[in-house]
Amino acid sequence: MRVYAVVAAGGFRRHATYRVATAAGMFTNTVFGFILAYTFTALWDERPQLGGYDLSQALTYVWIGQALLMTTAMMGGGFENELMERIRTGDIAIDLYRPADLQFFWLANDLGRAAFHLLGRGVVPMALGALAFDLALPADPLVWVAFLCAVALGVVVSFAVRFLVALSAFWLLDGAGVAQITWLVGLFFSGMVLPLTLFPGGLGTLAQALPWSALLQIPADVFLGKHTGWGLAQAYAFQAGWAAVLLTAGRLLQTLATRRVVVQGG
Amino acid sequence: MSRTAGAEDVLGPVGQLRAGVRAYRMIAAMWIRSTMAYRASFAMAALGNFAATGLDFVGLLLMFSHVDALGGYTLPEVAFFYGTAGAAFGLADLVMGSMDRLGRRVRDGTLDTLLVRPVPVLAQIAADRFALRRLGRITQGLLVLGYALMVLDIAWTPLKVLMVPVMILSGAVIFASVFVAGAAFQFWAQDASEVQNSFTYGGTTMLQYPPTVFAKDLVRGVTFVLPLAFVNWLPALYVLDRPYPLDVPSWLAFLPPLIAGGCCALAGAAWRVGLRSYRSTGS
Repeated sequence: MRVYAVVAAGGFRRHATYRVATAAGMFTNTVFGFILAYTFTALWDERPQLGGYDLSQALTYVWIGQALLMTTAMMGGGFENELMERIRTGDIAIDLYRPADLQFFWLANDLGRAAFHLLGRGVVPMALGALAFDLALPADPLVWVAFLCAVALGVVVSFAVRFLVALSAFWLLDGAGVAQITWLVGLFFSGMVLPLTLFPGGLGTLAQALPWSALLQIPADVFLGKHTGWGLAQAYAFQAGWAAVLLTAGRLLQTLATRRVVVQGG
Repeated sequence: MSRTAGAEDVLGPVGQLRAGVRAYRMIAAMWIRSTMAYRASFAMAALGNFAATGLDFVGLLLMFSHVDALGGYTLPEVAFFYGTAGAAFGLADLVMGSMDRLGRRVRDGTLDTLLVRPVPVLAQIAADRFALRRLGRITQGLLVLGYALMVLDIAWTPLKVLMVPVMILSGAVIFASVFVAGAAFQFWAQDASEVQNSFTYGGTTMLQYPPTVFAKDLVRGVTFVLPLAFVNWLPALYVLDRPYPLDVPSWLAFLPPLIAGGCCALAGAAWRVGLRSYRSTGS
């Protein structure tokens, strides 16, 4: 267990090294936050209460989206490119000899990365957004705690999806195509483009049932106080359920894949 | 690392430009050949690029499934903004989109390799990993523009007809200048390619919506400071016969080519200053 804590801390520290990049990223998240906030304002001016949100809730949704974009890796990015590269080059053989489980190792690493991005690229844009717009920030500290739990579960779901994508490189060698399609789908169905409650009819139902809704829609709704009591438990169960299913799938695929490993020149 | 007299010093400005364009063409052609070695992979990447940008428009359609107008503009009008911004940015991204890799080259020292070649560095960086798959974005923008032009009821005059291609080309040059200026900035802040993204990708996202959506100060900023409004807002409002939200003379709509030229000159100057200040990694 201790080894994974060290790996997570390593993931955190590694991303913390890139200070200028983090500052630049903060800037980008803030710029996009402003642009989206204005378009959402125009939309909610026409239709107040759209999707069950009032204007300040909709604006809060925008800034949560910017804060979580890197945290739950909605556009991909993170460990999966590195893991795919290690599979392609054969370095994966070294990883398999390590006294740590492949899936847990990278999960710990990704949790560290996510924690850094939440602090490094989430807090400042959110604070600037709160200064410039009237946001619906929860007064109850318990809601903030509930929100952080939902974010953590969202990160695990996101990890589980990207782990599957990375393992596809065992078969495809070049997993870039799969990765690209996954981040496209993920970005759209996580609710980054528009809250999933605005998706019409069947598309909306589907979008809210897919794992990606755990990445932004659910944490945002927890933050906005849409899930309380029993509803909160249900939201967590949805996230945890997808995490369990996807992690198990990753586990099976990992077993299959490692049986296939043929070390070049070995 | 000090530079010896390279091609740039011998040829003079016109010869330098010609050498640059020629080098760009050759490097780009090389990358196209190498991409085409894996046709299926290329087709997937281009399709992915097309779909990625297409989802933006799907988002817009979803918005308009709830409202009839956004900032006072109808879907076909917004599609006109969307299409012109997308096509202009797509063109700039195709030609100059590789510029954001400069920071990495400064960090790992591979920029040195480019400096010793007798070819303008800007052309080498811009053509590096030339990605034809970016045609996906242009195609998507042009399709949306085509839809807008079909549905919109515009009282066409020869001037308005001319305005559309001129605005896309000038817009592309303005965006390309932002790419070059952003790259010049990376000579100092090597990790800051994301700052560039906020002006390029962020700029396009903003220009996809009508200016009435945004706060006056923001509109002022992109009109008078970073002149993104000249990419499409000002000329498009002339074509659509709508007033500009700021109190500015209407002939500003005809300025895009001039503004584009000015941006080019400024970006070129920034690039030269950046390149001159470059110190290689290590000792």
